[in-house]
Amino acid sequence: MLDLSYESPAPKVIAGAKHDWELVIGLEVHAQIASKAKLFSGASTQFGAEPNSNVAFVDAAMPGMLPVINEFCVEQAVRTGLGLKAQINLRSAFDRKNYFYPDLPQGYQISQLYHPIVGEGEVLVNMAPGIARRVRIERIHMEQDAGKSIHDMDPTMSFVDLNRTGVALMEIVSRPDIRGPEEAAAYVVKLRQILRYLGTCDGNMQNGNLRADVNVSVCRPGDYEKYQETQDFSHLGTRCEIKNMNSMRFIQQAIDYEARRQIAILEDGGSVVQETRLYDPDKGETRSMRSKEEAHDYRYFPCPDLLPLEIEQGWVDDIQANLPELPDEKRARFVTEYGVTEYDADVLTADVESGHYFDEVAKGRDGKLAANWVINELFGRLKKEDHGIADSPVSAAQLGGILDLIAKGDISGKIAKDLFEIVYTEGGDPAQIVEDRGMRQVTDTGAIEAAVDKIIAENPAQVEKAKQNPKLAGWFVGQVMKATGGKANPKAVNEIVAAKLAG
Amino acid sequence: MSIDIETARRVAKLARIKVEDDHLPDLAQEFNNILGFIEQLNEVDVEGVEPMTSVTPMRLKRRTDEVTDGGMQDRILANAPDAREGFFAVPKVVE
Repeated sequence: MLDLSYESPAPKVIAGAKHDWELVIGLEVHAQIASKAKLFSGASTQFGAEPNSNVAFVDAAMPGMLPVINEFCVEQAVRTGLGLKAQINLRSAFDRKNYFYPDLPQGYQISQLYHPIVGEGEVLVNMAPGIARRVRIERIHMEQDAGKSIHDMDPTMSFVDLNRTGVALMEIVSRPDIRGPEEAAAYVVKLRQILRYLGTCDGNMQNGNLRADVNVSVCRPGDYEKYQETQDFSHLGTRCEIKNMNSMRFIQQAIDYEARRQIAILEDGGSVVQETRLYDPDKGETRSMRSKEEAHDYRYFPCPDLLPLEIEQGWVDDIQANLPELPDEKRARFVTEYGVTEYDADVLTADVESGHYFDEVAKGRDGKLAANWVINELFGRLKKEDHGIADSPVSAAQLGGILDLIAKGDISGKIAKDLFEIVYTEGGDPAQIVEDRGMRQVTDTGAIEAAVDKIIAENPAQVEKAKQNPKLAGWFVGQVMKATGGKANPKAVNEIVAAKLAG
Repeated sequence: MSIDIETARRVAKLARIKVEDDHLPDLAQEFNNILGFIEQLNEVDVEGVEPMTSVTPMRLKRRTDEVTDGGMQDRILANAPDAREGFFAVPKVVE
C-alpha cells in the first residue's frame, strides 16, 4: 500500500555557446549528531557557550589523553543508516586523517575512511507529485568536527575556539545521482527532514549543524546514461568540490555558477582542474581555495588509540524496531488513509510536529476536511504571526472539536472560521463556546422556512425576476443568511429557497 | 619503493618537522631502511588471516552520553603562548 511509483525528473540542461550540457552532482553532507557530549570526550556540545569552555583535555589533544567513544553517537549513526535503508556494518574502524590547521589541535581528525559504520542506502527526493529522484547513498561515517577560527577580531591574529572540536559528525556521502541545482537543494531538504524525524541531528543549518560539500561536474547529454550503465566515471567530466555550504539557496547558486564556469572552460578548449573551491555569496561566484597540493595528502592510517568498533545485530534490530514512521511512509499513509492529495501530504509531513498534529486532527474524521483546515486555516494563521506548529495556540483536540461541530451540522463552515478565530485568540472548548455564544446554526426547517417566507413576501419584484432566472436564488439565500446572523444551515436554506421559488 | 631526498623533504614538511638540507640524505636512508623491513614483512603470506588489533581480547571501551568534562577555559588556555578573551590567539591564517 505504501508503494507509490515515481518517475525520474528530467536532468537540468544548460545551453552553452556551442552545445547543450548536463550537470552531475554528488553531495557530502556533514550532520552534527544530536548528543549531549562529544564523540570521544565528556565535554558538552552546547552551542554558543563561552569560548574554550566546552573543551576536555582529550579535545585539546593534551599528551597522554585517550579517546573513549560515546555509545549514543554510535546508536544515532546506526539509526540514521537504518532510516536511509542502508546496510549497517557490524564492524567498523577509525582512521586518522592528518593535516595541520590551528583549530585542529590533534593534527589529525579521527574519521572512518576504510571501514565506515554505514554502507549503501538511498534517499527518495520528491520534486513534484509523482516525480522523484532516487539518490543512492554511498556511505555514512562518523568523525570529529574541527574547532572554529575567527579571523576578523584582530588585524594580525586569528582567534581559535575549540568548543566544536571533537563534536560528533555523520558524513553522509551520496553517489553522483543528482542532476540539477534544484534537485541538490531538494536532496538536502529531504535528508534534513529524515534526520529530524529520526532525531539524530537537529538540522540547524544556521548554527552549522548541517552543512554540505557539493561535487559538481558537467557532461554532454547521453554521457551520464553511459556512466549509469557501466558505473565507469570516465564517462563523466572532471569535478570540483565546493566546500562548506550551509544554505539551500547558496547551494543552488553555487552549483549554477560552477557549472557555467566549467562549461565556459570546456567550450574554450580548456580542461577543468579537479580542485576544492569556495562559494562567495556576496560576489555570487566560486573561487579556488589556494591550498597547496600537499594539504590534501592526508596520510590516512588506522587510529592506534581505538579498537575496531564492533556492534551486535541484536542491538541494530532493537534500533530498527524502534524507528519512528519516516516521511515517505507517513506521506503515503496520509494519501491512502485520509485521502489527501500528494501535495497536501507533502505539506503535512514537512516536519514531525505537523505530521503528529494532523494525525490527531484527522483520526476518525473527514481527512480532506482536516487537511484543509490544518493547512489553510491553521498554518495560514500561524504563518501570519511567524509561529511554528509547536507554538500553535489551537491544540489538535480543539481543532478536532471544531471539525466535529461542522460534521454534526451544529455550525456552518463560515461560522466555524469565526469559532476558530475565537479559539485561536481566546482559547476554550469549541463546543462550549458555540453553546455560550449562541453560534449554533439553525437547522430547524420551520424557522428557516419562516425566514424565507418573510423575505419572499417583502420582495415580490425579486421573486418575479428569480422565477425567470433561477441563478438569482442566491440573492434570497444571502438575505436569509443575513437575517439569521449566518447561523442558518446553508444547505437547508438553499433547498427551501429553491422549493419556494419554484412553487 | 625508494625514498629520495625530495620525498624526505616533503614528508618532513607535512609533519611540520624542520630538517636541515644536510640531514635529508640520512633521513631518506632511514625511511628506506624502514620500508625495506616492511617489504620483508610483506613476504609473509597472510591470506585469510584477520588483522590483529589487540593482544588481549578486548572490546572497544564506550562512554555514556553525559557531560562529565569541560568548563575549564583557564586550564585549557594555560599553556597557550598567546590567549585573548578566552580564545587561543595564533598568527593570522587566511585561506
